[in-house]
Amino acid sequence: MNTSRVRAVVRREIRDFRRNRFVIGTMAVLPVIFLITPMITLFKVPESTTGSQAKAAVGLISLMLLIVPIVIPPVIAAYSVVGERDQGTLEPVLTAPVQPSELLLGKAVAVFIPSIAIAYGMYAVVAISIHFGAAHVVQSVVFHAPQVIAQILFTPLLALWAIWACIAISTRTSDVRVAQQLGSLAGLPLLAFVSLISFQLVTPTVPLAIGLALALLAIDVAGWRVCSRLFDPERLIAGPRRAGRASRKRP
Amino acid sequence: MTRRAHAVSSGPLALGVEHLTKRFGDRIAVEDVSFSVAAGEVFGFLGPNGAGKTTTVRMLATLIGPTSGSALVVGIPLEPENGLEIRQRIAVMPENPGLYLRLTVAENLEFFAGLHGLADPRSRIGQALEAVNLTGRVNDPCGSLSKGLRQRVALARALLSDPEILFLDEPTSGLDPVATHEVHELIDGLRDRGVTVFLTTHRLQEAEQLCDRVAILNTSLLTIGSPDELRERLFTNALVVRTAAPLSMPEQVFAVPGVESWHRDDTDGYVLTVTNARTAAPAVTRALVDAGADVISIGEARHSLEDIYLQLVDDPAERPR
Repeated sequence: MNTSRVRAVVRREIRDFRRNRFVIGTMAVLPVIFLITPMITLFKVPESTTGSQAKAAVGLISLMLLIVPIVIPPVIAAYSVVGERDQGTLEPVLTAPVQPSELLLGKAVAVFIPSIAIAYGMYAVVAISIHFGAAHVVQSVVFHAPQVIAQILFTPLLALWAIWACIAISTRTSDVRVAQQLGSLAGLPLLAFVSLISFQLVTPTVPLAIGLALALLAIDVAGWRVCSRLFDPERLIAGPRRAGRASRKRP
Repeated sequence: MTRRAHAVSSGPLALGVEHLTKRFGDRIAVEDVSFSVAAGEVFGFLGPNGAGKTTTVRMLATLIGPTSGSALVVGIPLEPENGLEIRQRIAVMPENPGLYLRLTVAENLEFFAGLHGLADPRSRIGQALEAVNLTGRVNDPCGSLSKGLRQRVALARALLSDPEILFLDEPTSGLDPVATHEVHELIDGLRDRGVTVFLTTHRLQEAEQLCDRVAILNTSLLTIGSPDELRERLFTNALVVRTAAPLSMPEQVFAVPGVESWHRDDTDGYVLTVTNARTAAPAVTRALVDAGADVISIGEARHSLEDIYLQLVDDPAERPR
C-alpha cells in the first residue's frame, strides 16, 4: 500500500467534487430536508412531557442524524468507478502504477471526508440547538452518554458501509444513476440497525455501542477487500459483453 | 530526423511478444501475434478498425490479460505479479485523452505525477508541458480546451514519468497540421532520447514518415518490416514512363532485355515490370530515344505504405509473414 498514491487520488477526487454543482447542491440540501421536520417536532415537545414521549421525539431526530451518513455517500461514491469509465478517465488511471486497492481506498476516503464533515456538522448544529432551545426532558435523553457515544462512533462506520456498498455497485453497473439508486438501496439494511439504536429499542450501553462499532468496523474493512476483488479492470475497460472467461488474470 | 537506415529489430529488446492471443468469449480479438521491438525504435502498428491494435496495446500495458501467449515488456515478463513494475516504466496515451474536465491542466498532471510518485513533480510537469508547447494553458480547465489541446495534455501526461516505452494510440487524431507537425517532431525527439515508441495510427503517411518498422495487423499479424522491406516483398520492380504523346508501337519499343511486361497506366503513361530497375532503365531510355518518343520522365515506380496496406488488408492471399 503506497500512501502517496492514495493521497493523490484523494486530492484529485475532492477537487473534482468541489467543482461538481450537482454533488455540492445535493450534499447541501439533503441533510436539511432530512432534519428540518424532526427538529421542529423536537422543539415543540413541552417540559411537561413524559420520558417515553421525549424518547420517541429524540429517536426520530437521532434516526435522521444516522441516516445522513448513509444517504450522502451514494451521491458522490456512485461516480467513483462508473463515472470515470463514462468520461474515459479510467483507462489512463489504470495504466498508471496504482493498485486497485489504493485507487479504491483513495476514492473511499475522498467520499468519507465530506460525508463525515456534513454528518458531524449536522449533529453539532442539532446538539447546540437542543442545548439552548429544547425542553430539559429532551436534553436529558439526547445527552445521555451511551446515546452520544453511539452517534459519534456509528456515524463514520455507517458512512463507510454506505461508501463501500456504493463503490462495489459502481464497479459492476454501467450507469451513474443506477449506481446512485442501488447505492441508496444498499443502505436500507442499516436503517433497521439504526432504528433499534435511535428509538432505544436496544438500550445503548457503552460496551454495546463499542461492540457494535467494532463489528461495523470489521464489516467496513471486509467491504474494502470485497470492493478491491470486485474491481475487474478488464471488464471495466473492455466492457461486460466482451469480457470472456478464457482470460488470464490482469497483470 | 535520425531515422535509422537499418530497421530490423536489433539490440536490447523493449518488447518481445510471443504467440499472444486474446479471446473475448467466442470472439478472437488478437490471434497468435509475435513480434519484437528494439529499444529506441519507433514501431508502427497498423490495421483496420477492429483489427486488435488497441487490444494488443492494452495487453502490453497490463490493462487486460492475454488468453494465451507471452510477452516481455521492458524486459519484464507480462505476468499478473509484474503489472505495477511494468506500468512504472511505460506510459500509454489512449485515443480518448481521458482528462478530468473540471480540473485544470496542471491539476490533471499533478494527479498523475502523484500516481507515479515523481520526486519533483512541478519541474516534470513544466518540462512535459514545454515539450507539447502548452505552458501558457497550465491553469486552464481541461473542459475549456479544444480537442487538439486536450490531445496535447494527454501527451504531456504520458511524458511525465519519462517512460522507457511510450504507447501512442492515434496521437495526432483531431490535431491541426501545425500541431500534428509538432507531435511528429516530438516523436523524433523521443527517438533521439532513446525512448521506444509504439505508435498506433491510421495515418499511413505518418507511419511511413516516423516509423523504423511497421506491423500490419488484422486479428493476426499480416506482415512486419520496414516500409522499404515491405515494398520489396510485396511489389515487383517497375518503371513508370511518361511521354508527351502515346507511342505508336509500344510493343516494339519495350521489347528490350530486362522488361518482362508492360501496360498503360491511368494517366497515359506506361508501367513496365522489370527484372531489375537499375539495369533496365538505361535500355528502355535508349529504346524510347531510338523510337523518336518525346520522353517526359522515366523513373522507378514508388509504392507508398498505403499501397502496401491496401494490398495486404484487401487481399489476404498476399500476406507474407
